[in-house]
Amino acid sequence: MLSAVLAAFAVALVAPLLAQRLGARAGWWLALLPAGLFAWYLTYLPAVAAGESVLEATAWVPRLGVTLAMRMDGLSLLMALIVTGIGVAIVIYAGGYLKGDPALPRFYLILLGFMAAMLGLVTSDDLISLFVFWELTSITSYFLVGFKHQYADSRASALQALLVTAGGGLAMLAGFLMIIAITGSTSISGLIADPATLLASPLLPAVIVLVAIGAFTKSAQFPFHFWLPNAMAAPTPVSAYLHSATMVKAGVYLLARLAPVFTGEPLWVWLLSLIGAATIVAAAGLSLFRRDSKALLAYSTIVALATMVMLIGLGGEYAGTAAVVFLLAHALYKAPLFMVAGSVDHEAGSRDITALRGVGRAMPFTWAAALLAGVSAAGLPPLFGFVAKELALEALLDTRAWLLVPFVGAGAVLLLIAVLVAWRPFAGREIQAPKAVHEAPLSMLVGPLVLAGAGVVLGFAPYLVGDALLVPAAAAVIGAPYAFDLYLWHGLTPALGLSALTIALGVLLTWRWRALHDALRARLGDSRVGPAGVYQRFIDGLVPFAQAFTRRVQPDDLRTHLTVITAVAVLATGLTGLVKGSLRLGLAHTPGYFYEYLVMAVVVAAALAAVRAHRRLPAITALGVLGFGIAIVFVFFAAPDLAITQFLVETLIVIIVALVMMRLPRHSLREEDNRAVRAVAATVATLAGLLIASLTLAVTAGPLDARVSDFFAAESYPSALGRNIVNVILVDFRAIDTLGEITVLVVAAVGVYALLRRRDRSRDPHDVEPPRGSAASDGGDT
Amino acid sequence: MNSLILRTTTMLLITILLLFSVFLLLRGHDLPGGGFIGGLTAAAAVALYVLAFGAQAANDMVRVRPRALLGVGLTAAVAAGLIAVLFGTPFLTGHWLIIDLPGSAEVKLSTVLLFDVGVYLVVVGTVLTMLFALEGQ
Repeated sequence: MLSAVLAAFAVALVAPLLAQRLGARAGWWLALLPAGLFAWYLTYLPAVAAGESVLEATAWVPRLGVTLAMRMDGLSLLMALIVTGIGVAIVIYAGGYLKGDPALPRFYLILLGFMAAMLGLVTSDDLISLFVFWELTSITSYFLVGFKHQYADSRASALQALLVTAGGGLAMLAGFLMIIAITGSTSISGLIADPATLLASPLLPAVIVLVAIGAFTKSAQFPFHFWLPNAMAAPTPVSAYLHSATMVKAGVYLLARLAPVFTGEPLWVWLLSLIGAATIVAAAGLSLFRRDSKALLAYSTIVALATMVMLIGLGGEYAGTAAVVFLLAHALYKAPLFMVAGSVDHEAGSRDITALRGVGRAMPFTWAAALLAGVSAAGLPPLFGFVAKELALEALLDTRAWLLVPFVGAGAVLLLIAVLVAWRPFAGREIQAPKAVHEAPLSMLVGPLVLAGAGVVLGFAPYLVGDALLVPAAAAVIGAPYAFDLYLWHGLTPALGLSALTIALGVLLTWRWRALHDALRARLGDSRVGPAGVYQRFIDGLVPFAQAFTRRVQPDDLRTHLTVITAVAVLATGLTGLVKGSLRLGLAHTPGYFYEYLVMAVVVAAALAAVRAHRRLPAITALGVLGFGIAIVFVFFAAPDLAITQFLVETLIVIIVALVMMRLPRHSLREEDNRAVRAVAATVATLAGLLIASLTLAVTAGPLDARVSDFFAAESYPSALGRNIVNVILVDFRAIDTLGEITVLVVAAVGVYALLRRRDRSRDPHDVEPPRGSAASDGGDT
Repeated sequence: MNSLILRTTTMLLITILLLFSVFLLLRGHDLPGGGFIGGLTAAAAVALYVLAFGAQAANDMVRVRPRALLGVGLTAAVAAGLIAVLFGTPFLTGHWLIIDLPGSAEVKLSTVLLFDVGVYLVVVGTVLTMLFALEGQ
């Protein structure tokens, strides 16, 4: 399973090269990747159908007990097949939709990278690796939403999607870390098998809320629903793939995965069912304002996701089954609807459903796909969407009947949106469109037709996927095996009556839509209230706040900068020391040799000279003397490596600071400051000195724990073949620290270079090739 | 600084200092020295050259861009760690190749040395990047 994910990542990496080579046919060839993976995942079907789950663990960081555990059960397989199966359609479709776009190779890289991350997400059996894949999908989504990055709208929407989903991801991580702290394990299957420890913990409510926030942000649930309609700035293949069929289902997947753990917890049930119901109401209401086909579909996606969240929260055998069936049905009709809306936009030049009429005359195949998917989306018989809706109604009737109110309303709105997108622009005798309409190319027809066709086949023959796939998937959600049969015709049940009511309401709504829509827009328009407004105010306020704060604590004036940093460090450390009473000083006096006192006297004199200096060069020279004095102390105490380093660093600092000073205006240090500034600086400096001195005395007061140094001394030659313990520590025992330090050095050097270079690009000696034969002595006279 | 004495002594010292920095690097595992100290010594040598002849001349003498040293150094250090992974040991484990020479001499090659060379290059690259950038304006 891991190899499948890695293979997908590998192909994604070379996809740009392939796309450039293959040109216009790239989509067809690259679709072989998801197609191959789809076939490969199908080989798990027999085992999964038999109720087994296949485990695969690869050691990752064995010392820390981190493994890359993957697991394939019904739910994972269902998701993996959706991701790869719809992936085939999307990759082919994108080849036609973005034909001729110079950024198409990059698009394939990110799209296939997303697919790999998504497959990793749904097959992870480890909380940490699930989180990593989760955030990878957020990041790839960011790049895909912002694909048309020349438009400010696209960039803002991409950032919004990233901030909301990645922020929720962090909440989820906090929840995961709590689970790990409580149970001591990162294994998801372990958690499901034995949830008793977690359920007994007083932290359980926090865990539930945090994990749910992660899922709600990803699946665009209220109050985080607003990012999804804005994410429609992405090219249509992305909307069809990430923002309807796969990524937004990650939240639902997570809830479904953890449902057996939390099911029956009142907080879980109420949180999920209430948020689900609230989301349905909010999204259904907001959709009435929209006439953009993709935005309408986005709201209908939110409604569908909310239905799944609600069903998962209710728990039990009916609801679990309904959630899983609805998951598949939704993927099969929503992706083609998006693709169809994109094709219409592409070939007829608009997504405004009121601007289009009769397009179906020129685009008969697109219309056919739209109708097949639309009927399923509307929940009409005999399509698969109807089977799913009937199950959901039965589940609600079985548990909390009051939730039927939002659900029936949602069904009506879903029908409305299906009609608006799949019927309204296509029907009519005469063609009205902003440009001459053509049928979409083959690449943009195959996917929608096949997926929508699958909805028809499964409507008549739901048993094709029932026992093999949906029963094991539902078992994962319910937590126990539960056999069921799917039928198109359930008999004259209350659910059928409710279905009829939903359809009647939907028809009524559709009939009066234009009047309602215009009235709503006229009355309320684009008012910025609700969570989207809160987000906007937060973002609008964040940057000015950050700027004001930075101006305050990190101004351009270097001295203020240093004063703030030193003062904070002194106060934080000093107060902690005082409060905890840990600053016990060892004041035992050990007489030293006279030359030690001599060096000390030099150091003190140099410090005083530095403080009293009027000009910069004497000040920095005095500091250099001070540094050399300390280096001599290291020599006295037989630390040659330390001493050499100190000597060299002091030398280089004096040279570099001297070079800097040559560029500064010449005037007295005293003149620049008034008394108050000097007083503050003196206080902070004195406190810092006192703190460091007392820390040193406090550390030397206690007995030194010599275990580590003894180990290094004993093992330096036998294990690391080196007699210089300092160097052995640097390059062997603690080499990873050194690696971190030199990485910091590189970052700092690049930072300095960028800062200095920015001032003057033209006169940079490393980038301008010097004229040949210029003598070395011609170098700048500085 | 247009000083004949500084320039003459610099021309004499620079070779010795640079050789000494390599010496410090190579002996570092057993005696005082190592990548940090060797790198600082080499950087100090070039700094002396900058003071005597200016950044442009120093840049011509060094020939490579200091920024390239940063990349090469970091790559060498990471590569030293990854070699250990190829041997099936944890990242950054030391691996040694000891070659006996006639007499009692021996040459010790190791991933640890490669790592230290990486440290050396990064330190030189960092200081020189800063020096040249400051002087380049």
